[in-house]
Amino acid sequence: MDVALFVPCYVDQLYPEVGLATADLLERLGVTVHFPEAQTCCGQPMANSGFFDDARPLARKMLEVFAPYDHVVCPSGSCTSMVRNHYAMLLPRESQVADLAHKTLELCEFLHDVMQVKPRGRFPHKVGLHQSCHGLRELRLGSGSERLVPAFSKTRALLDNIEGLQLTELHRTDECCGFGGTFAVAEEAVSCAMGRDRIADHERAGSEIIAGADISCLMHLDGLLRREKKPIRVLHLAQLLEEATR
Amino acid sequence: MSGHAGRAAEFVADDARLHWHDQAVWFVRNKRDVARSFVPEWEELRTLGSQIKAHTLSRLPDYLEEFEKNALAAGAQVHWARDAEEHNRIVHGILSSRSVTRLVKSKSMLTEECGLNHYLEERGVEVVDTDLGERIVQFRREPPSHIVMPAIHLRKEEVGQLFHDKLGTPAGLSDPKALAEAARQHLREKFLAAQAGLTGVNFAIASTGGVVVCTNEGNADLGTSLPPIHIACMGVEKLVPSPRELAVFLRLLARSATGQPITTYTSHFHGPRPGAELHIVIVDHGRSRILVREEYRNSLKCIRCGACMNTCPVYRRSGGHSYGVTVPGPIGSILAPHIDPKKHADLPFASSLCGSCTDVCPVRIDLHHQLLAWRGELSRLGLVPLGKRIVSRVGGWVLLRTWAYRAFGKLMRMFAPLVPNPWTRQRELPPMPRESFRAQWRKRVRSR
Repeated sequence: MDVALFVPCYVDQLYPEVGLATADLLERLGVTVHFPEAQTCCGQPMANSGFFDDARPLARKMLEVFAPYDHVVCPSGSCTSMVRNHYAMLLPRESQVADLAHKTLELCEFLHDVMQVKPRGRFPHKVGLHQSCHGLRELRLGSGSERLVPAFSKTRALLDNIEGLQLTELHRTDECCGFGGTFAVAEEAVSCAMGRDRIADHERAGSEIIAGADISCLMHLDGLLRREKKPIRVLHLAQLLEEATR
Repeated sequence: MSGHAGRAAEFVADDARLHWHDQAVWFVRNKRDVARSFVPEWEELRTLGSQIKAHTLSRLPDYLEEFEKNALAAGAQVHWARDAEEHNRIVHGILSSRSVTRLVKSKSMLTEECGLNHYLEERGVEVVDTDLGERIVQFRREPPSHIVMPAIHLRKEEVGQLFHDKLGTPAGLSDPKALAEAARQHLREKFLAAQAGLTGVNFAIASTGGVVVCTNEGNADLGTSLPPIHIACMGVEKLVPSPRELAVFLRLLARSATGQPITTYTSHFHGPRPGAELHIVIVDHGRSRILVREEYRNSLKCIRCGACMNTCPVYRRSGGHSYGVTVPGPIGSILAPHIDPKKHADLPFASSLCGSCTDVCPVRIDLHHQLLAWRGELSRLGLVPLGKRIVSRVGGWVLLRTWAYRAFGKLMRMFAPLVPNPWTRQRELPPMPRESFRAQWRKRVRSR
């Protein structure tokens, strides 16, 4: 199977190891990975601030870049959601939008729904799962605590066959970390208060590592952890699974 | 920092209160979760509620006229108010023409929106809010901080101090039962002395001309049973077609608001009782302007349960007063900019767009999508700060050109740690990698 990697701009520039782990993991599972070099950014930072006009050309560029591929995989719930759920609003008249939306999947849902694998491996650590909001509530990677639906979690399911991994039990299983893009700076006080509360929940639960499908959330939590010199580490699920299955 | 961000920062600075408030409101969110788990068809009910409201809103003029016809037939008097000004004049008119100077009120967010209390007090009417939380904030001369729990921002010790000042309770008394009993005795005097009672309306039934008021304290009932005049104020969107549809909302409302299966009192008023008067004041105040906007129409489905506030991580950590509007939280941030987009331009940004509100809303309002839609509209109206607009424009230019993006990325990784940055006030920057993913990938591909 051939897959084009959609590497979010902040992963490309700030967390290349997440992109590499994603590629390594996919290749290990037998996927042929392509990286269309022309890609830059899905436009979410602009769109989320209401600057739809600035985001539109970026969306069109994405359509062009990924047109030749049948599967597009992205190690970010929020960027995937931008393409799947918001591009239609940005570009209501472009027929290619539906096509790109249909074939773009976040990494965990790709592994869970398309490859239908639960990787076997070993990762003997206490891990706290951070359920990033866009992945959870816009891509439905999990059932979420608000709705009365049969419980499920694709991200959690991917960890089922990882030996030694202990998932810690949080008080609030899906409260927002407070990153929210520009919110992190524009509403710094609340953003950091939210992040600290997530960290306190993980500390109380005994998490050694906070793992999630969006490195943006983890970047915010990590920023707080390291400023306060706390020992908890953050890891993207791609990195966790790659390490566990080596 | 002004607006919500500034006020939120002040709220957050009081660490003890921050955590206490967050826990207190989260507790109510939890109760909602428990209540909902006893209703297996909960998600279906939400869909029904949403569809009933959509239907009603699509035929609002017809249902309003049907309601008026039936209310009149039941002996009520019906008044129409285009805006807050007209509403206040009508209510005052009813009171002054009957020489009423002592009014008791049960909770009505609509009358808060219209600034009714202040209007009446300026014209010599004593207005007593009889909902315990409302009475507390009335004593303190401040607005409610939550639409269902008006005084949730206050600790019992603070209420104790307030009652010591206003009601003469012993200093240091903070037992909630004792304080509630003191308030009850005090309010009973007010009820007995009142010449008119004013209530809000939770639901108005078109097919019967009746209005429904839900309370836990029975204050609406006492306030309308004793005095001979009942004034019921409602927004146009409170209509439901018939008692059949009402049932759906009564199952959704209290569970969503407080986690109770139903409020202690659910009172139905069909016409005045013998010898008394019932006045129904139907108010638009900007609602029909929202109705014509497809992106925001869903916000008129709101049944004012407050669930969105309880689940909102930002509301819980900034408090209702930080929004600076009558109805705070997610729904408030969508409704307020319609009234004054410039004044309330900060509110749609007082959110991380986590989407939790959308998933608890009993009538499936797509709250976080509407917040995003407002961000787009505010930017189109030029009401977003210039600095942000420039950054977005420049950012868009750079990101569109792969060469510019790569160059900018390299510069950023080199110089970001050296440049002052708002991020670093409370957080470490991520360690800047020497090589981007694409550079490393290129090397890897070449070496194969």
